[in-house]
Amino acid sequence: MYSVNYHRASSVADAAKLLKNGDAKLLSGGMTLIPAMKTRLAAPSDLVDVSRLKDLQGVKVSGKTVTIGAATTHYDVSTDEKLKKVCPALAHMASLIGDPAVRHKGTIGGSIANNDPAADYPAALLALGATIITNKREIAADKFFKGLFETALKEGEIVTAVSFTAPAKAAYQKFRNPASRYAIVGVFVSKGKDGVRAAVTGAGEDGVFRSNEVEAALAKSFDAAALDGLKVPAKGLMSDLHASAEYRANLIAVMAKRAVAAANA
Amino acid sequence: MGIEGVGARVARKEDKRFITGGGRYVDDMVVPGMKHAVFVRSPHAHAQIKKIDVKKAQAMPGVVGVLTGKELKADGIGNLICGWMIHSKDGTPMKMGAWSPLAVDKVRYVGDAVVIVVADTKGQARDAAEAVEITYKELKAVVEATKAIQPGAPQVHAEAENNLIFDWELGDGKATDAAIKSAAHVTRMKIVNNRLVPNAMEPRAALGHYDKAEDHYTCWTTSQNPHVARLVMSAFYNVAPENKLRVIAPDVGGGFGSKIYIYPEEIVCLWASKKTGVPVKWVADRTESFLADAHGRDHVSTVEMAFDKDNRITGLKVDTIANIGAYMSLFSSCVPTYLYATLLSGQYNIPAIHANVRAVYTNTAPVDAYRGAGRPEATYVLERMMETAARELGVSPAELRRRNFITSFPHQTPVIMAYDAGDYNASLDAAMKAADYAGFTRRKADAAKRGKLRGIGMSCYIEACGLAPSSAVGSLGAGVGLWESAEVRVNAVGTIEVLTGSHSHGQGHETTFAQLVTQRFGVPIDSVSIVHGDTDKVQMGMGTYGSRSGAVGMSAIVKALDKVEAKAKKIAAHLLEADEGDIVIENGEVKVAGTDKSLPWFQVALASYTAHNLPAGMEPGLKETAFYDPSNFTFPAGCYICEVEIDPETGLTEIIQFVAADDFGNIINPMIVEGQVHGGIAQGVGQALLEGAHYDASGQLLTASYMDYTMPRAGDLPSFKVSTSNTPCPGNPLGVKGCGEAGAIGSPPAVINAITDALGVVDIPMPASPATVWATIRATKH
Amino acid sequence: MSDVSLTVNGKRVSGSAEDRTLLVHFLREHLGLTGTHVGCDTSQCGACVVHVDGRAVKSCTMLAVQASGSTIVTIEGLADGAELHPVQAAFKEHHGLQCGFCTPGMIMTATDMIARHPEGLDEATVRAELEGNICRCTGYHNIVKAILAASETMAKGAKGKAKQAA
Repeated sequence: MYSVNYHRASSVADAAKLLKNGDAKLLSGGMTLIPAMKTRLAAPSDLVDVSRLKDLQGVKVSGKTVTIGAATTHYDVSTDEKLKKVCPALAHMASLIGDPAVRHKGTIGGSIANNDPAADYPAALLALGATIITNKREIAADKFFKGLFETALKEGEIVTAVSFTAPAKAAYQKFRNPASRYAIVGVFVSKGKDGVRAAVTGAGEDGVFRSNEVEAALAKSFDAAALDGLKVPAKGLMSDLHASAEYRANLIAVMAKRAVAAANA
Repeated sequence: MGIEGVGARVARKEDKRFITGGGRYVDDMVVPGMKHAVFVRSPHAHAQIKKIDVKKAQAMPGVVGVLTGKELKADGIGNLICGWMIHSKDGTPMKMGAWSPLAVDKVRYVGDAVVIVVADTKGQARDAAEAVEITYKELKAVVEATKAIQPGAPQVHAEAENNLIFDWELGDGKATDAAIKSAAHVTRMKIVNNRLVPNAMEPRAALGHYDKAEDHYTCWTTSQNPHVARLVMSAFYNVAPENKLRVIAPDVGGGFGSKIYIYPEEIVCLWASKKTGVPVKWVADRTESFLADAHGRDHVSTVEMAFDKDNRITGLKVDTIANIGAYMSLFSSCVPTYLYATLLSGQYNIPAIHANVRAVYTNTAPVDAYRGAGRPEATYVLERMMETAARELGVSPAELRRRNFITSFPHQTPVIMAYDAGDYNASLDAAMKAADYAGFTRRKADAAKRGKLRGIGMSCYIEACGLAPSSAVGSLGAGVGLWESAEVRVNAVGTIEVLTGSHSHGQGHETTFAQLVTQRFGVPIDSVSIVHGDTDKVQMGMGTYGSRSGAVGMSAIVKALDKVEAKAKKIAAHLLEADEGDIVIENGEVKVAGTDKSLPWFQVALASYTAHNLPAGMEPGLKETAFYDPSNFTFPAGCYICEVEIDPETGLTEIIQFVAADDFGNIINPMIVEGQVHGGIAQGVGQALLEGAHYDASGQLLTASYMDYTMPRAGDLPSFKVSTSNTPCPGNPLGVKGCGEAGAIGSPPAVINAITDALGVVDIPMPASPATVWATIRATKH
Repeated sequence: MSDVSLTVNGKRVSGSAEDRTLLVHFLREHLGLTGTHVGCDTSQCGACVVHVDGRAVKSCTMLAVQASGSTIVTIEGLADGAELHPVQAAFKEHHGLQCGFCTPGMIMTATDMIARHPEGLDEATVRAELEGNICRCTGYHNIVKAILAASETMAKGAKGKAKQAA
């Protein structure tokens, strides 16, 4: 790791001020950023730690509206009893991220701000039609995730929370990369008042995306059988050492089907 | 056997320190004034070094030294050696290129060490390493052995034309060809054994300390054989004479072969310590381990197996191309030859065998012994062939094997080995029973109802362990003898220290070796200490690899115990005024048989040191040394059965059950033996399902971290069903055979036989990852 | 450089370290607690797992200064004096370790796992929960066995204590 200056923010406003230092970066759980710094792939001059800000922590549920603070850990999301009642799919998804030690530190805000093309949360938030709340504005998930490691966040903008309306039905299924254990394909499906949404992570050359094929089929009937024989095009999907684009296309159909079955179970 | 003697499941004495954080590994060592080293490594697979500029790096904060290969050469440090000479079939010696600990003119693989940077902290050393400016002229690289031997391929070393190191053969080519020609059936396959990275959890490390006042070096290193390290560093690398060099291998976090070799880093750390005047510590990152630890396997073989009309094997012809990597590592030449082709008879009566092996340089990390070393490759060839042959001949895999089993011993194979004992039917019976083989058809049908593909596969392996009779390996080209030493010191109060040339890096020697002493003298196991891993404490020894610590290391201890026992009996007979032949030692008492006359053990020990009343002419003390040179290899064997269930939608393979039935000869501690089998199976299953080192065509290692190299995790494996049915080994005093490598040798073909059975295909490449399985299913459908 | 103050294994400690110093290196090099190991660069092997404020965390993926103010338990602080923690005892009894290098992380993960599953553990759960801990020696067979046994022992112990309290 290159030399770095660490700052512990006392508030979101303080964090915004500290972010003006050199090439500063926000530090939340650090589960992606610190490994990247260790291998010298990331080299921020300053780190602004927001992980201890109480304002950014916790899950709030009011009726069907769920708000999750940006610095809430995957573990806390996965075990939140209120969340499990209104949207068990998201709690379940959080329980599948990384490993127990990673879930104890990693946060939802860190995950979406980083927007790793194989991260789980981007698929969930996109499929849930969530809103990303920052210190400056609110951004719809559809407009937030811009591509590989790219988001709509502007310089100095800090994710403070995400919020969504719990859907009637939802589920997440992922097929792991055998080595890294990140998603080779993860599919989050939801059926809410605005219809069916299905988002795919791990597969797209431009990162997380909504699958038109899956959504169109499920719009007719939110049933696993509706996806029988579904052909997902391999075009635009990643191909690497672990999985060809064709294999990923197949897994999108398979994981979508299993997710729908789980959502209906 | 007693609760702490031979055959007992004694909990490990060494565990206390490991479970409380008290283990002492190389990275835990601190020497006053110690600095930290980082190696600048080649980013290219093949390039000329045009210029190295270290000025900027030298001026960086905390930097103590930045040293290059030129300086190393100027100080007379020698090139790395390969310790086993192989001659090609035309009689010419193997064609070996030079391997300088720091590359001077040319780099030959990604990870080749070029410069060492020493600084106050590791962070500073890394900062400075980035400031070292090296100008390379890139050359074309070749990574596949089959391509490297083609005319016009990039030339890795000038010494080896077409990158061919040797073209070696074993067996009777004419007889084998004749057998194939007259066969009722011939099974033919191309068999690929994938390249693996050993991945001991403790990365390699070295701490070199030159003491100027004493003109003496100490090297703490992650070694499986510290004495061999000292010998080689002294005799060949000119680091220091043996009496001026102490090598310590403290707790070592796993080896699996990868810590046998003497690598550039420990040599350079020692040299750099003298050069910079400070102790120098280097600890590998995991990615460095992937790049620069010796890899394992990487064979491509073309195989023909001939059968007569009664399904008896009449001949086996094997043509193997072995990828040796960019340099010849210490034992790289014997792995694809004498540790491989000599095992090609397997458990079977095969009248004619011929093996041809070409060893080839490529622009990849050096390849050397990895758990099993040659024997997994031989087993994979044979057991994949037997499976395919059974399917082609329309007989059950078990029946085909039974028909060809060797059933009388000793048995001389056509490929050097003389098997001394075994009962292959017993292992096969035990494995089939444990696996409920008969119930498989029903289980397969049940799985099919759930949309899953079930398959079952077996593998009957044999290995040669207890390396090895020194004169035999000497005649085959080994540069060292493969005996082992032991010293048993009985202290004046009766406690006992055993100093052994074997080295434990997870095998539990501190417990098993102590059980031998407890068994012999009836003393509590807590009063026995095992000392190993330090050339200043232990006399010359050969270390631990090739499942040799039991058959060779413990046999040396037994010999030393024999001597101690004999002397103790003489002293006791003298003190008790009895006949020496009437003295027995049991439960910590030295008795005159049939009388009530006895002495406590400690009193005999004390008498030997007070020396007030010893038999006439006897030297004081109770300490004996022994060297044991085995008369033959040992031949552990067994049968493994794997049952898999495949999800055809995703290609994911689940191991439903894995059964191991082994014959290890006599067993000292069954708990430790089972643990060795478990670990070996995990590595074998890892090879078959998960692990594979991949270089791209330019020689970049794509699998250089756990993000891309699949390590077996708990969720990838089931609990294993292991058992033994043992035939004692007649060749050594304990009747033991060795158990460290069996799991890794026997399991890959069992897994692949099961997967190909489930899919109804002839072959599938290892690792049979979900993507590969899915692609295979798709190709079959189309 | 920053000041780092921690409570480690019940003791208040403080020191000064470069901001880039990882918690694992602070523990090992500044405090001499070398039981916590580094086995990879990618936060996957788990040899470095310690408890930070009561939760299992990879100490190779956290800066020391980031942990400042926290309470930390390492493998050295698990036993109660001479008495082994039940997880340590189970690893020994069931031969859940060979070379010992991954063992501290395994044990710290196991104690955290058992604490999070007061309802008890089964083999599948243990294997899934070991996702972030790699062992190269044991094939996990005896590690799983040891954790299941320790979980049972601790449940019995907890019941016993509850009875005593009642």
